[in-house]
Amino acid sequence: MAEAFQFELVSPERLLLSAKVTDVIVPGSEGEFGVGAGHSPFLSTMRPGVVKALSEDGSKHEYFVRGGFADVSASGMTVLAEQAIPMADLDAGYIAQQIQDASEDVADAKDEDARQAARLVLSQLQELQAAIKAS
Amino acid sequence: MASLKDLKNRIASVKATQKITKAMKMVAAAKLRRAQDAAEAGRPYAERMGTVLGNLAAGFEGRDDAPKLMTGTGRDQTHLLLVCTAERGLCGGFNSSIARLAREHADKLLSEGKTVKIVTVGKKGHDALKRGYGQYIVENIELRGLKSVEFSDTKHIGDLVMEMFQDEKYDVCTLFYAQFQSVISQVPTAKQLIPAQFEAKDEAQDGSSEDALYEYEPGEQEILETLLPRNVAIQIYSAILENGASEQGARMAAMDSATRNAGEMIDKLTTTYNRQRQAQITTELIEIIAGAEAL
Repeated sequence: MAEAFQFELVSPERLLLSAKVTDVIVPGSEGEFGVGAGHSPFLSTMRPGVVKALSEDGSKHEYFVRGGFADVSASGMTVLAEQAIPMADLDAGYIAQQIQDASEDVADAKDEDARQAARLVLSQLQELQAAIKAS
Repeated sequence: MASLKDLKNRIASVKATQKITKAMKMVAAAKLRRAQDAAEAGRPYAERMGTVLGNLAAGFEGRDDAPKLMTGTGRDQTHLLLVCTAERGLCGGFNSSIARLAREHADKLLSEGKTVKIVTVGKKGHDALKRGYGQYIVENIELRGLKSVEFSDTKHIGDLVMEMFQDEKYDVCTLFYAQFQSVISQVPTAKQLIPAQFEAKDEAQDGSSEDALYEYEPGEQEILETLLPRNVAIQIYSAILENGASEQGARMAAMDSATRNAGEMIDKLTTTYNRQRQAQITTELIEIIAGAEAL
């Protein structure tokens, strides 16, 4: 049994999860990464995706997150997400809606930089949709 | 002197008012609980954000490549005042105390020859500042008919503030809201949003060796650049949540004293009413006795 550490998932509205976990997988902006107990201090932004946490008692928590960052420190790990929804409450329609919003952002973008950023979000969402369909 | 009938009507109307204020007080008490919970639930996020940013920002102290949101534009000429108030009145001095603080701030800046721009959130603040400061108001945002304020509802305020900053329409942004302390005490607060200020961490000494080992992905600079605008939005969001709790608290206190006041008034009116009735009876008796004696 791996060592457990404190994990918190927070959205601006509330604290979604605070538990002792053994493993967390986070969709970092430069690739997914896993965190175990005793990980070196680390700070990363996130792309839209799924945060998976395996708690000490063996139960699995999955949340869809959008925007935000993950902070790993000696005292534990915190994921600050702009939006976080439990996977159980998530349906294909919601993702489709997000994709539509993102494509509108691409169309509405005023300059090249904004368009680039919006396109990145769109492609990340599409990737996610494909992944959910496949699973 | 009012007649007995007038007094009776008066008592009935005060009683009706008392019923309304009592109901409003109870509604405010129920809403306060919800607003307070929301404000408290939102705190961990804002606090964590502050800690992380504080650590990050410490590393950028005095560096030339630090983001503008942190260092400012280097000028101090144009000030943006973001005044958050309630959508509804009847909550004691809540709206007016925030407006007063904003007005004092604006007067001070104006007397120093600075330019002032005002963005109001909430109808009451707009009404209060419209007279006298109307020419400075650039935007009024209303959050009407929202049962509970979600982060996405306030995001566009943050976006607006950021957009104006990028277009260099102002140099310093200050946020006005009422910090919720208790039902009877809400403190009107002015908080500087841009350039961002971070409270010095007292744990900095023992944490500094640890901070040095922090890894960042992508770079430190990129993270700071994405987090700072988000921090602005979060600060606004938590201010609005605090405001929500403060508003209900203020309304509850105001309605409570209104109810008590109405009670006192009813007592006083009833005493007058009884006294007058007594006087009338006495007069009638004297008339009868005088009539009987005359026989």
